[in-house]
Amino acid sequence: MSPSTPTRRSRLLTIYAALVFAFIYLPIVILILYSFNRDGVGGFPPRHFTFEWYRQLFADGPIWDSVLNSLIVAAGSVVLSLTLGLLAALALDRANFPGKALFRRLVLLPLILPGIITGLSLLMFAVVSGVQLSLFTVFLGHGTALISVATTELFAGLQKMDRAQEEASLDLGATPWQTFWRVTLPNLKLSLIAAGLLIFTLSMDEIAVTFFLIGRDNTLPLEIWGRLRRGITPEINAVSTLIFAVSVGLIVIWYRVRTRGLGADAQELLERP
Amino acid sequence: MYSRAYKTIVSLPPLLWVGVFLLLPYALMFAHSFWAVRDGTVVHQWNLNNYHTLFSKPVYLEVLLRTMRIAASVTLCSLLLGYPLAYYLSFHSGARKELLYQLVIVPLWVSYLVRGYAWKTILGSEGVLNGFLQYLHLTHEPVSFLLYSPFAVVLMLTHIYTPFVFLPIYAALEHIPRPLVEASQDLGAGSAQTFLRVIFPLSIPGLVAGATFAFVLSLGDFLAPLLVGGASSTMISNVVQSLFGAALDWPLGAAISVCIVIVIISLLFLTERLEKRWSFK
Amino acid sequence: MSFAIANPQSLDTATPAVLLEVRDVAKRFGAREVLKSISLNIAPGEFLTLLGESGSGKTTLLRLIAGFEQPTAGEIWMSGERLDALPPYKRRVNTVFQNYALFPHLSVRDNVAYGLRVKSTPASEIGGRVDHALRMVKMEEFADSRPSKLSGGQQQRVALARALVNRPQLLLLDEPLSALDANLRKQMQGELKTLQRELGITFLFVTHDQDEAMALSDRIALLRGGALEQVASGREIYAHPTTAYTAQFIGQTNLLRAEVRDGVAVCGALQWPAEGESGAAVFSLRPEAIQLASAGISIPGTVHFRAAMQQQFYSGASELLEVTCAGGQLLRVRVPAQGPLFGEHDFVFAAADAIRVQE
Repeated sequence: MSPSTPTRRSRLLTIYAALVFAFIYLPIVILILYSFNRDGVGGFPPRHFTFEWYRQLFADGPIWDSVLNSLIVAAGSVVLSLTLGLLAALALDRANFPGKALFRRLVLLPLILPGIITGLSLLMFAVVSGVQLSLFTVFLGHGTALISVATTELFAGLQKMDRAQEEASLDLGATPWQTFWRVTLPNLKLSLIAAGLLIFTLSMDEIAVTFFLIGRDNTLPLEIWGRLRRGITPEINAVSTLIFAVSVGLIVIWYRVRTRGLGADAQELLERP
Repeated sequence: MYSRAYKTIVSLPPLLWVGVFLLLPYALMFAHSFWAVRDGTVVHQWNLNNYHTLFSKPVYLEVLLRTMRIAASVTLCSLLLGYPLAYYLSFHSGARKELLYQLVIVPLWVSYLVRGYAWKTILGSEGVLNGFLQYLHLTHEPVSFLLYSPFAVVLMLTHIYTPFVFLPIYAALEHIPRPLVEASQDLGAGSAQTFLRVIFPLSIPGLVAGATFAFVLSLGDFLAPLLVGGASSTMISNVVQSLFGAALDWPLGAAISVCIVIVIISLLFLTERLEKRWSFK
Repeated sequence: MSFAIANPQSLDTATPAVLLEVRDVAKRFGAREVLKSISLNIAPGEFLTLLGESGSGKTTLLRLIAGFEQPTAGEIWMSGERLDALPPYKRRVNTVFQNYALFPHLSVRDNVAYGLRVKSTPASEIGGRVDHALRMVKMEEFADSRPSKLSGGQQQRVALARALVNRPQLLLLDEPLSALDANLRKQMQGELKTLQRELGITFLFVTHDQDEAMALSDRIALLRGGALEQVASGREIYAHPTTAYTAQFIGQTNLLRAEVRDGVAVCGALQWPAEGESGAAVFSLRPEAIQLASAGISIPGTVHFRAAMQQQFYSGASELLEVTCAGGQLLRVRVPAQGPLFGEHDFVFAAADAIRVQE
């Protein structure tokens, strides 16, 4: 860039950017800070440090039940949407069938439409077909809605892949099935990991669709939601802090994978929310 | 190169699944909007009464307009925060660029609910902000207008969607070839002229994409009003939700949903054309 | 913070023979020293080429003059004005960028008008100057096209017009022809040269292509590892390279490692009279300086030797031979096309053509 003597304008810009960062991070910092405040949420400044809220949190049965439920749903959704998403991506990349354009748009709809629309549609479908709402319906909802994410990521991965590798494999005598396992899948490894992590995180955090499909057993966001309706307690700060820590942990893992695996184009996967 | 069997094996399962678990439910939603409800049960009697109700009762239009106003405010605020941030990172952050970029990304992975909850604890009348104001002796009574207002909804959604808006703008700015900026300077333009004549026009596709994100996502939101908004900031999705819940009028709720979908899809159609108009490959 | 008045050399640089003076300019990026104290003068109306391999610092020098980088040390002066203190948009220097850097969102006309508009030139004047510039590069019929619709050669012309319309004192060209295919390249070289002669504008041209440098330039400044290796006309550099590197970089050559003693250089079986210090020395002998000879005839000042054919590369009007002489020394010889040659032959070169160069 040009002679980079900091002008007044660029100093103002720097200050503005710092303020935006403060806006983005301040709520999160406050949330974490107050999870250690003996006097609870509110008041200023936080005065007495305590682990009390974490102690209460760890003794809180329903929360941990809901965490387990969320983990089960998220894991199931990853398997379901990765499998179908992989097939869908292969189909979009390599097959021609009637209604392909419609199919491509349809798969992406849950990503575009507000969660409430997808959630309610699935609710009506469950009611009409007489299915009891339960964690299973939540899993079906997440798994189906998140096929969109898997398809997008894996389709992008396939497009970047060198088709000649598969041709070479077939040329060397491998069957299509062997070629799929030995060439296609390993090539997609990073896209699969990226999509899996993204789907897992999105499912763990999902409320809008879950809201309408939930039965008796709550997922973690729904459990928190229910408690919020009754008022705020520092225990929620504590659990939010833990969720934040786990999110950051996942990001770090993702970067490890990325820096070990691949260069710049994986960046793009992460950029997509 | 791929056999018929291969193509069938890969396309059939997702086609069937998406047909049954997405197409059918959406179609059901669409069908419901033309049905009626009698004595609390849905009767499959095709009619346009739901749409008629929507357009004849001003309350629905009012809520829809308020929703659009809130969504537009969120979009504007996120742009005002996100664009300068993206510009700063892309052109003026020097060696810290990569780190700062990650710092913007991290909140994207942090739960929507957690961030909404944080605002609730900050804005409440017993909240952190009020405590802070009283601590500074700026106020003696708690300020209560902060929480449960459209302002709180806009604030919370802006907080959530600023990183979403940032991303496409940043990507667009990063894709501007740096020689273009140098060429502009070389031809005699200072930094303000270069921004207005080269950088800004070339970032418009990213700007449009970011604005679309923020607008569409806020438009369909029903959790923020429940969490921090209160009755004065009921949005259109809250109406849908109550029609499916307490009011038990699924057909009317479905009709509103269909309208939301139409609004969103026409908007996407429009912005896609805008993005195309302003992208030069 | 300049001490322009106290500049001792400004007396002789004030003479019109120097447009641009680069004075002891050095540039480092972190620990990497890209330019090591370069000094170079450019005369008004001159076509000077910075030639070098990638990483030699030629593009960095250009960017320092354009103002996209700041020198770590040294000064740059143009027409009695200190240039390196000015931001790029205040310099009367324009650049033709390597990949043209045409603004994709503006039409050809608006691209060319850009420099005039940002300097608030009256609208009445802009139209005429833009049209004239476009006519000059024969692009007037494309005035309303977008750059993406143009071929590489056409984009090249627009980039030229966009720079020239500002009437710069000095035009910088950063490998402007490198993106074009070979035929178009030749054609554009001709047009560039004609344009430069007609307009009388000083050109500073960067390339890694020695043929291009030779074909176009009044003078060539050869850069190597951030330092100037030799600055002279193409003919001078070819005929009298000062270093082994220059001799090899510009054209092909045979480098003969010889021992000089008592006015005679000895390299294996070859011997020729040589002036200068005694001891180990390197000589450059161009392949075309060696010719096939008939056995037995000897002219004073020439060196005869017998060598065995190894390889023969035919290239139309001439062919290149690789031969080994008695001591095992491999020599390249360029001769008019001969037809296949086998076995041993007699060769001859003039002793004066063996140029003593620095290692």
